[in-house]
Amino acid sequence: MLDIINISKTFNKNTVNENKALTSLALSIKDGDFVTVIGGNGSGKSTMLNAVAGVLAVDCGRIVIDGADVTRLPEHRRAPYIGRVFQDPMMGTAGGMSIEENLALASWRGKRRTLRWGLSKKEREFYCEKLNELDLGLEDRLTVKTGLLSGGQRQALTLLMATLRRPKLLLLDEHTAALDPKTAKTVLDITNKIVEHHALTTLMVTHNMRDAIHLGNRLVMFDKGRIVIDLQGENKRQLTVEKLLGMFENLNDFDEFDDKLLLS
Amino acid sequence: MNINFLNLLDQLPGALAQGLIWGILAIGVYLTYKVLDIADLTVDGSFCTGGAVFVVLLTGGAPLWVALVAAFLAGLLAGFATGIFHVFFGISPLLAGILTQIGLWAVNLMIMGKPNLSVNVNHFRLLVSLRYLQEVIKGERPWYQSPLLTVSLLILSLIAILYWFFGTEFGTGVRATGSNIKMAKAQGINTDFAKVFGLMLSNGMVALSGALLTQYQGFADINMGRGAIIIGLAAVIIGEALLVWIFRNFALRLLSSVIGAVIYFVVIQTVLWLRLDPNYLKLLTAVVVAVFLAVPHWKNKFASLPARNKGGL
Repeated sequence: MLDIINISKTFNKNTVNENKALTSLALSIKDGDFVTVIGGNGSGKSTMLNAVAGVLAVDCGRIVIDGADVTRLPEHRRAPYIGRVFQDPMMGTAGGMSIEENLALASWRGKRRTLRWGLSKKEREFYCEKLNELDLGLEDRLTVKTGLLSGGQRQALTLLMATLRRPKLLLLDEHTAALDPKTAKTVLDITNKIVEHHALTTLMVTHNMRDAIHLGNRLVMFDKGRIVIDLQGENKRQLTVEKLLGMFENLNDFDEFDDKLLLS
Repeated sequence: MNINFLNLLDQLPGALAQGLIWGILAIGVYLTYKVLDIADLTVDGSFCTGGAVFVVLLTGGAPLWVALVAAFLAGLLAGFATGIFHVFFGISPLLAGILTQIGLWAVNLMIMGKPNLSVNVNHFRLLVSLRYLQEVIKGERPWYQSPLLTVSLLILSLIAILYWFFGTEFGTGVRATGSNIKMAKAQGINTDFAKVFGLMLSNGMVALSGALLTQYQGFADINMGRGAIIIGLAAVIIGEALLVWIFRNFALRLLSSVIGAVIYFVVIQTVLWLRLDPNYLKLLTAVVVAVFLAVPHWKNKFASLPARNKGGL
């Protein structure tokens, strides 16, 4: 479904601040895979997500979604393929517009926007039904501006918007990082429910190892712009935080070993 | 020195008419400043462009409505220039507007051929004119030919059209672009196109307003747009500050900008009647706009400060 073929991205090229965010990264995801992505700050996981979404242009390599090469497409022309939820709860919805307007905007994602006016009763009923499934009491508040909602409500709404029209790929960029633990759990539960219900191909970046282990059927760990751990199937199911930490430390030992060799 | 209250009453219809005409400009400013979240300074140039195109075409023999439509189209072009400077050249919207405004100075002179061009109400049938207003007041003309009514009807139809447009799928996308550009892109909205379109529509309204003022005062002048953006902002801000509590619907928000413009001109007329030196008007306007802009900021700032005598452990 998603093929990331040897993409590289270097920020501030040829300056003292040169930063190789991605170095010839390759990742191939099958239809229906739910991949969790972890890694430290600056490991390149967000850069990868932004490259796939079209926020950043890559220096080289190709990005193919369901057979379509989107490498050169601008952000808004990738929208037909991709549903996105951001880290910042303010980012996913238009705060000055009502819940129903936001849902309507999402229902037209990737379609030509015509001069058809307003919302039909049928559309409103459909939105109500969908909001009802979130179980956050938003179904009675269709005309409320999303700027008045809590962070958790907004993230749940953004999730709903991202999946209102089935996306070929769902990108979740640390979408629970800005929420309190209880709300984060609610939003993760909703995430899991929606992803399973629609069997969505999903890439979820997170800082939380536990979430990365418990969710999804594949886990990749980023370090220095590369994928250093890639677990799926039985290996992923039997993973624990301790095991993952152990693997990560082994990697770092290896790096230190490298450094020692270079210095000796 | 005696200040006669009746003098003020005499001048009120004029202030109302000017307020309504500038109200159309205020609607244009609302579209950029409030809907797109862009302070577009093109306005100072495109206001005169509208007047210039109108006068040249009308005195050249074109029918009234053709001249009006052409003025609107000229405004669209001015907005297009700013839009291209912004999205294609990557210039900040503020600077892009200033660039177009400076360029339009020369364009406006080119269109008119000289800095001031008059249109004689005796020779041409106009849509609105100070003369018509005076004649209606004196009873020499039927009431329904009053410019107050003509402009009001025009405003209502413009608001109806804009209300419809911003309720369509495409128009909703333009509003989303101004509300949250990142989200708009993620939803597949071509935000560059939306911005250019919004800037064009806004300046079309501004140019139409310029064409109406030109008829009302009987001439187009190269300086007529100077400071227009500040008057437009004043109208939008005053209208919002006074009516935001009751006017929540988009059409009513547009109307509140028009009402803001009318209030602005009535206030100006009043301070003039109080014998304020007209040369100080712009200073007064600048201060008023600054204060009205500051109010929401201050509200936030001081509302978020902890109360003085509470919780001081």
